[in-house]
Amino acid sequence: METTPLIPQGVKRCSKLQFSLWMAVAVAVLLWGVYAMYLVWFKGLNQTNMNDAYGFALWIWADLAVIALGGGAFFTGFLTYIIGKDKLKNIINYAVIIGFICYSSALLILAIDIGQPLRGWFIFWHANEHSMLTEVAFCLSCYFGVLTIEFLPTIFENPKLDKIPFLHHLSHNMHSIMAVFAATGVFLSFFHQGSLGGVAGVLFGRPFSYREGINVWPWTFFLFTWSAAACGPCFTILITWITEKLTRKKLVKDDVIQLLAKISGWMLATYIIAKIADTLYWAMVTAPSMGFNLMDFYTNNPVYGIWILILEIVICGIVPAAILITRKGRESKFLLMLAVVLAVVGVCVNRWVMVLQTLAVPVVPFEEWFMYAPSWQEVATTILPVAYGVIVISLAHRYLPVFPQERELNPSN
Amino acid sequence: MFPFNFEWAWDIPHLVFHGALWYVLSIVGLGLTYCIIKSAVDTFREEDKGDNH
Repeated sequence: METTPLIPQGVKRCSKLQFSLWMAVAVAVLLWGVYAMYLVWFKGLNQTNMNDAYGFALWIWADLAVIALGGGAFFTGFLTYIIGKDKLKNIINYAVIIGFICYSSALLILAIDIGQPLRGWFIFWHANEHSMLTEVAFCLSCYFGVLTIEFLPTIFENPKLDKIPFLHHLSHNMHSIMAVFAATGVFLSFFHQGSLGGVAGVLFGRPFSYREGINVWPWTFFLFTWSAAACGPCFTILITWITEKLTRKKLVKDDVIQLLAKISGWMLATYIIAKIADTLYWAMVTAPSMGFNLMDFYTNNPVYGIWILILEIVICGIVPAAILITRKGRESKFLLMLAVVLAVVGVCVNRWVMVLQTLAVPVVPFEEWFMYAPSWQEVATTILPVAYGVIVISLAHRYLPVFPQERELNPSN
Repeated sequence: MFPFNFEWAWDIPHLVFHGALWYVLSIVGLGLTYCIIKSAVDTFREEDKGDNH
């Protein structure tokens, strides 16, 4: 173990050799993804297995999933700066970093997915005001800017940077008005999380995903925002636990995790009640009114059985909610981690279903199910953000004072 | 995005959509500008104090 001026005072980090080896593995995976990205940009979207049936595929699922999981940043920020849950200040830095990684990954994936990244600015310049995706593009870009602003003070608190007077003051002043940025982030998140759900909900030609709602907003609009607020903090708890295991250190006190888990649990419980009500109404009223029965969406295909609905709602919805809202459930380390893993899987399954299964279901009687398996280039570019996330988190943990309680929890340092 | 774009129209969707965008960008921009200017002022004040001692 060694301490250098770049590393925050009072904490110990692994040796440079250990750190370099760890980073080399992550960089190797990253380079594999970069090579696949290069192929897609250089040769075009023929490198994917997308086709006329699948204009949206693995990348859009990954986009929706990381945006939902990155929701921990906006919801924890909302709880910390707007509601005043001061205890969460001990985990907000990490929630912001995770959010920053998730949103920058989402933008990177979109840059690959649009095929012509040089025309990416068209969606802003020639905006279609009637498209949910235009709202997503606006809010996503703006919120990434907000997350960068929220991340900057932590970067400026690096011991070396903090010695520069201007950056020291900038960090302090940004902290002092962070509530303004956090409130802006909540506003942006509410709308882009919702609009991502709205995209599936307004597809009146696809009875599997179509939902009724209020005015122009289908119920999926509200369910997506709700599920992101519920499951995003679970992802923050999960990544914090993984970081603690890898570094073999306690980084955040249990009461902070317990509070976040409790709030997340109640959000998840109320969400799953709303989701069940939505599913029942869709299965018994909306779909039959369009000539479909529930089992039409879950039979005559090799993958999508009724199991996926049970997995999403019961195993990854009701079970984690029941664990997280009870004190005994939260206080058991095993049950707590089981619940957060199930919640994270649940929101990913929900996004998969709303994107991929929606496109797989035939909409006219003479069509068969459309099945899809991603190409290795799609898989590699989807794993790329994971490697990128590992690199950013490793650098942040090593060089930045991310966890305010670390010194107190590890006095032997 | 701007009123001088050829596809711009002075209707409710444009005003709501782009109004919200520019509102958000203004808040973020003003907040950031405030922080940068205040930090510059704080830095100069600190340097002045250091010179006087």
